[in-house]
Amino acid sequence: MTHAVLERPDLKSLFNILQKAGYTTIAPTVRDNVITYENVTDQSELPIGMTDDQKNGSYRLKKRKDKSVFGFVVGPQSWKKFLYPARLKLWEAHRNGKSFSIAKPENEEKKLAFIGVRPCEMSAISIQDKVFLKSTFVDSAYSSRREQLFTVIVNCTEPGGTCFCTSMDTGPRAKKDYDLALTEVVKKDQHYFLVEIGSDQGKEIANKLPLKEASEEQVSEADKRLNEAARKMGKALKTDGVKDLLYENAENPHWEKVAERCMTCANCTMVCPTCFCSTMEDSTDLSGEIAERWRTWDSCFTMDFSYVHGGSIRNSSSARYRQWLTHKLGSWQDQFGTSGCVGCGRCITWCPVGIDITEEIKTLQECDSRKSKSN
Amino acid sequence: MAAKKPKLAVWKFASCDGCQLSLLDCEDELLAVAGAVEIANFPEASRAIIKGPYDVSLVEGSVTTPHDAERIHKVRRASKFLISIGACATAGGIQALRNFSDVNEFVSIVYASPQYISTLKQSTPISEHVFVDFELRGCPIDKGQLLEVINALLNERKPNIPTHSLCLDCKRQGLPCVMVSQGTPCLGPITQAGCGVLCPAFDRGCYGCFGPMESPNGKALIEKWQEMGADDAEVLRSLRTFNACANAFEKESRKYE
Ligand code: SF4
Ligand code: SF4
Ligand code: SF4
Repeated sequence: MTHAVLERPDLKSLFNILQKAGYTTIAPTVRDNVITYENVTDQSELPIGMTDDQKNGSYRLKKRKDKSVFGFVVGPQSWKKFLYPARLKLWEAHRNGKSFSIAKPENEEKKLAFIGVRPCEMSAISIQDKVFLKSTFVDSAYSSRREQLFTVIVNCTEPGGTCFCTSMDTGPRAKKDYDLALTEVVKKDQHYFLVEIGSDQGKEIANKLPLKEASEEQVSEADKRLNEAARKMGKALKTDGVKDLLYENAENPHWEKVAERCMTCANCTMVCPTCFCSTMEDSTDLSGEIAERWRTWDSCFTMDFSYVHGGSIRNSSSARYRQWLTHKLGSWQDQFGTSGCVGCGRCITWCPVGIDITEEIKTLQECDSRKSKSN
Repeated sequence: MAAKKPKLAVWKFASCDGCQLSLLDCEDELLAVAGAVEIANFPEASRAIIKGPYDVSLVEGSVTTPHDAERIHKVRRASKFLISIGACATAGGIQALRNFSDVNEFVSIVYASPQYISTLKQSTPISEHVFVDFELRGCPIDKGQLLEVINALLNERKPNIPTHSLCLDCKRQGLPCVMVSQGTPCLGPITQAGCGVLCPAFDRGCYGCFGPMESPNGKALIEKWQEMGADDAEVLRSLRTFNACANAFEKESRKYE
């Protein structure tokens, strides 16, 4: 049985079964006028009948006409905050006379189950896997969380106003790396989730769920909605040759134009599910007996980020915005063999002034300095 | 750590005392601080005054009188390390609103006998008068940051005091942006972090207490505010508070006079 159906009333069992298997269940819920990912113990805490209206620099929570459970898209912050916490103590050192000893902090070993991961977000997790698990060094804090993770995808039948996963080939239907995937179908007389199994541990959980075999009609209805969704993206990005475009346009005057609007506030990098930069902070207690090293999220938009002896390398806002875009869509490919963007649209929605990565690329494509050279 | 306890002095210029009180507010850590430094001059805490020179001087307040303009040089000469604390000391404070008007007019309205008032036309930050080793922002300063600076000095390390936007801390704390989710004007993008994101955590926009961040783009932010419905008066009021004369805030506010 590759395709099965979970009826709407049985959604609660997904939470129960995962919790019985020892997982802490994390899922979308309404808080502070947005839909965020938090500890959710029961399906009733999901944003039932709610949706989000997302535009450049704007997010509004709204009521839906139906009782969809997952009738919205991505929240203000991604699942990154659980796997790669914004602030983490790496170690502490204690002075013993003339020497010192180092103690590793206990990593909390909670087994997490993410319920409601969007396909683009699953791709983002896979990208961070490459960064933290498959590079030269393994990030132990990340791996201890990631290895025990259980993921329940919710495929997107209604893309948001800033979504462009189709362009990035990451959605609206998840292809791999998940444990279970749901597609929600709400009709006049039916409300069900089409369930796909993506892994052995997904199968184990699925075996305990009150699943029914999916009818052909139920499968094709879900397929139809996902195919339609692919055509309803709020944004689009032409990725052909984008790496070379960025490499060849480092001196394009357009970067100065963006800098007039960009506030170097760093929201875009903070909300991006793939951005992984961090900074180290060493601190001591007043007596100097205990020292601690903390890792916190950092951003290529700060001056400190590129500070070397004598000053910051990327002094101007244009250099910082260029760095972000060029890494994200260009040099990321050389570094990790993938784009750094999954098309979730967060940087567009959550930029307070609504700077749009897809628009900026489009403009660069139009004013590509290679064109003017050959003319 | 140095064997001899460093001597710490606290100085007051034109200010409300709120920043130096932050030190007394360090309740849990106060005894540890008192144990680690010799508090040589701190009128809010003790009447005992120990003569200089001082290893560390915390200077609160702005310079607003001819007398203070002289006194700050004495403080500088007596101090190895001078840290100005709070919006008054780092930007002139709320009293720098006088810089936009004629102070004599205020004096004649407020005081019954204005002839006894000797005041300068402008309220200026300490750094306009003497060399300042470190500036601690805020109205008032954050006690955690104050402790961090003292701690770093004692342990001869760099203090962890960021100069980036408030937004970074807002996101690290997992708060949704109030500009984006509610259309509430927020000064966070152009304001330096350090307060602990107090206002956005309570659904309010940032008031800019910590002054401009390292690379502020006031124009972009205010244009967005206006798009969201803020009128010139609101913009002017928002930019002209505790850090009214901090460079980027002042420059932007002039356009809305
Ligand atoms: S760059 Fe923007 S759209 Fe792309 S993954 Fe990051 S936040 Fe999402
Ligand atoms: S692009 Fe937007 S969110 Fe990113 S730093 Fe610039 S203003 Fe801030
Ligand atoms: S609420 Fe204010 S401080 Fe927080 S991200 Fe938005 S603009 Fe920045």
